[in-house]
Amino acid sequence: MKYFAILVVLGVASAALSNSDSRVVLFSAKNLKTFLVGVVEWFGELGFFCGRLLRAFATRRYEFSELIRQCDEIGSKSLPLVALAGAATGVVVSLQTRASLVRFGAKSFLPAVIVFSIIKETGPIITGLMVSGRVGAGIGAQLGSMKVTEQIDAMEASAVDPYKFLIATRVIACVLMLPLLTLATDFCGIFMGWFANTMAEPISFRLFMENGFKNVLFTDFIPPTLKTTIFGLIIGVVSCFQGMQTRGGTEGVGRSATSAVVLSSLFVVLADVALVRVILTVWG
Amino acid sequence: MHKSFGEQKVLDGISFRVERGETLAVLGRSGGGKSVLLKLIIGLQQPDSGSIRVAGENMSDLGMEKRNQVRKKVGFLFQQAALYDSLTVEENVGFPLRRHTKLTDGERKKLVRTLLAQVGMERDLEKMPSELSGGMQKRVGLARALALEPEILLFDEPTAGLDPITAAEIGKLIKELKQKREMAAVVVTHDVEGARQYSNRMALLQEGKVAVEGSFAELQQSRDEYVKQFLGDGSRR
Repeated sequence: MKYFAILVVLGVASAALSNSDSRVVLFSAKNLKTFLVGVVEWFGELGFFCGRLLRAFATRRYEFSELIRQCDEIGSKSLPLVALAGAATGVVVSLQTRASLVRFGAKSFLPAVIVFSIIKETGPIITGLMVSGRVGAGIGAQLGSMKVTEQIDAMEASAVDPYKFLIATRVIACVLMLPLLTLATDFCGIFMGWFANTMAEPISFRLFMENGFKNVLFTDFIPPTLKTTIFGLIIGVVSCFQGMQTRGGTEGVGRSATSAVVLSSLFVVLADVALVRVILTVWG
Repeated sequence: MHKSFGEQKVLDGISFRVERGETLAVLGRSGGGKSVLLKLIIGLQQPDSGSIRVAGENMSDLGMEKRNQVRKKVGFLFQQAALYDSLTVEENVGFPLRRHTKLTDGERKKLVRTLLAQVGMERDLEKMPSELSGGMQKRVGLARALALEPEILLFDEPTAGLDPITAAEIGKLIKELKQKREMAAVVVTHDVEGARQYSNRMALLQEGKVAVEGSFAELQQSRDEYVKQFLGDGSRR
């Protein structure tokens, strides 16, 4: 756990740095104080943001049509990207692992190694990082631009809660879409893992799948796939928060988009460390 | 009402009242807190002290639900129109109707066309905001502000950045609305000549306070150097 604590501290430090407007950060005592105040402020504002978001979730009138639009935006439009990333990962895992397993005379384990590595870790984390890049930047820039052009004020002035209409729908869409996208990443990874393998030594897809999934239990597959709902929550909340914090015109919009990607990716990686630990503790 | 941002006092004890059918023009220098005043009225920002009563309700005391009920009675035209850039002109104007009324799609479309016809934009239903000029965007913003038939209208620099002809047209629209719908309106502007045409009263802000308030004729009588300087050419007409 101490390694995780170190990672969290590093993550928080990066969060404060990426949120800072200053171009040069010198760690003098004064700067350190400013930096620490910045970190505390960031988390305080995030807390208020989450409070308002929870209130938006709790109040009635759900924005189903906007939710479906966001599911399409976040889910369907991310599909080609995560599928390609999954496919590339499958090929790389297959090529790299094959060479190692051949050296140890354990070539027959290759399908199982590919399947296990992709469904347990590579698929979920690749999906999380790809979506945080694509969707994080999109949400950060879109909400940031709406903020600086007073569109969010206009929405509020029209008696429409932007936290309900804009934020809650995006966060829910991220939570719902991440596990589905992970399934696509897993499938493409395993399929291309087989393809890369069969190029070196032909094996039928059915035999490859039988060998690969022979010892796979539901507990190997379900928890890692469902942990991506937490990734989705992180991506949605952090990106929307960065977007809503935007100040300072187009430069501010650019800064929000960048920080949304950086922070959501970082927190996804940190959350992965914690979730893997939890999954191993609970399911072994 | 008082409002500060950090050390900077933006509004320092400002107080006024606007009745139904009356248009108050709030004049003042750039950065003088005029836009903040409108955002305080609609509850987008909170005053540091003092209170704002809109349609009989104290905005500071209201929860989100009740505040939204009051907001439905208020139309707000933003300085840059603030049209939703992912929606067409028709969808922009229909947005508050879709949210707050039970009109069928057909009824809503018909009403949107009527509203857009009032501002001379009925031919641009399918256009995106990025395809419109500044004046056209303001017209659409005005149609959107009128969609829920508000009792109160707030205008933030309705003629800023527009050519004199378009500015005059917008001014004329505000005047017509006042006559037709008997709404209370607060117009924040630099445009003394425009404000003279459509407002009943004017209030000139200076350092967060109302330096002078009254009809245009009353403002002209002021011996205050700042007032004379601000009214400039407008006062000689």
